[in-house]
Amino acid sequence: MSWKLFMLLVKASGLTLVISGVSILIGLALGFVICAGLLSGTRGLNRAAELFVSFFRGVPLLVQLLLIYHLMPALGINVSSTTAAIVGLSLCTAAYQAENLRAGFGAVPRGLLEAADMCGFSHFQTFRRIRAPIALRLTLPAIINEAVLLLKASSLVSVVGIVELTRMAQDLASSTYRPIPIFASAGLLYFIICAIVAGIGALYERRQKWARR
Amino acid sequence: MNSTVPAIRISGLTKSYGETEVLHGIDLEFASGEVTCLIGPSGSGKSTLLRCIAFLEEATNGLISIEGEALGFAMGPGGNRIRLPQAEVRAVRSRIGMVFQQFNLWPHMTALGNVAEALVTVRGMSRSDAEARATRELERVGLGHRAGHYPAQLSGGQQQRVAIARALALDPRIMLFDEPTSSLDPELTGEVLNVMRQLADDGMTMLVVSHEIGFAASVGSKIVFLDQGKVLLEGSPTEVFGKPRHPRIDQFLDTYLDRGAATLI
Repeated sequence: MSWKLFMLLVKASGLTLVISGVSILIGLALGFVICAGLLSGTRGLNRAAELFVSFFRGVPLLVQLLLIYHLMPALGINVSSTTAAIVGLSLCTAAYQAENLRAGFGAVPRGLLEAADMCGFSHFQTFRRIRAPIALRLTLPAIINEAVLLLKASSLVSVVGIVELTRMAQDLASSTYRPIPIFASAGLLYFIICAIVAGIGALYERRQKWARR
Repeated sequence: MNSTVPAIRISGLTKSYGETEVLHGIDLEFASGEVTCLIGPSGSGKSTLLRCIAFLEEATNGLISIEGEALGFAMGPGGNRIRLPQAEVRAVRSRIGMVFQQFNLWPHMTALGNVAEALVTVRGMSRSDAEARATRELERVGLGHRAGHYPAQLSGGQQQRVAIARALALDPRIMLFDEPTSSLDPELTGEVLNVMRQLADDGMTMLVVSHEIGFAASVGSKIVFLDQGKVLLEGSPTEVFGKPRHPRIDQFLDTYLDRGAATLI
């Protein structure tokens, strides 16, 4: 396999990285909002958040992507296929991140919040200074895990015509008749990107001295 | 004592969880400067009573006042209890410091951070002023050299002393201790009790739930013995532990004999 072909794959993996990177960030932010809904005492918000999570967890991502890709123009929203893909990936990953965060918030020991209470913290102060940082820290491995899963799941957006890493590999494989080295290279690139994301997560985790026992 | 208004007044306090009533009408007063030890068998309601005084649990009935000011509930004009707004609860509660059995230090902050946090977030002090104050408090409990350590890097006894410093930094008028040494090995218990003894000598009003009978007898100015959700006895250590003894106290102390604690009395 020529160096030129490999560089085409590297370039395409740039698009993979952008699409999943943006989706991971939007998904995390949206996940926070959904999580607030899951934890909310208001029944309406609660139900809406639960419905959101059960839909996006219960329907295959491939089906979601095809649905969003066709639904948006049908609703008169004209967006590029890249935007449609990011919307689909973000919504899906938000559902999982919301569940991750919910578990994290639930795992913050009650006593730590009582200590904040006794030190005079308001609800919001407790949330900002105690609850959220601890929940985030407890959730970090699960959040990184979901980010890596999303990175790999982004290969599905090739079905809506985006020439990211997987689609590029398919195109090159069919035009050169050399599928094995090309798909092997694509796999290697995915592996490297995921290793980097996991590495960043591990680094961040290690920086948190307080986790050490 | 040195004030006519009691530090804490509890009247007609009951606490139920569902159908089960665990505290049956408690009436108690604690004078300022007094060190009161709440003792009694497990399940007697000691910790629940302390948590009601901290307003971490809401009493089902009855009133609590801190230095004359109603905490959480006040008597309305119609003789019915009314819940006070949370801001008022916070204001009255700011006179109380609390130390927990499980320390409850915030794991993502250093010892210094734990002590300085509320000074910055709640009291609005600058970070550097707060840290200067926090350093003094850590030195007071003998942990100036551990300021930069995270809770996970400290022993249980050190963690509990940081927790005491955290409470003291907020200038409480009253300190509540909920079984402060129950999750420590005997070796580490001493260092925490020493800090508490020092605090008592400095004249702090203290309410201590503890199984350390020796500490209660030697440091306590008053002993309250709770049994099955009621105050069975209250008085000075000599009155409660001296002879002739209430048979229930005898029976309770017997459980400590094998640990040699009763010989301290």
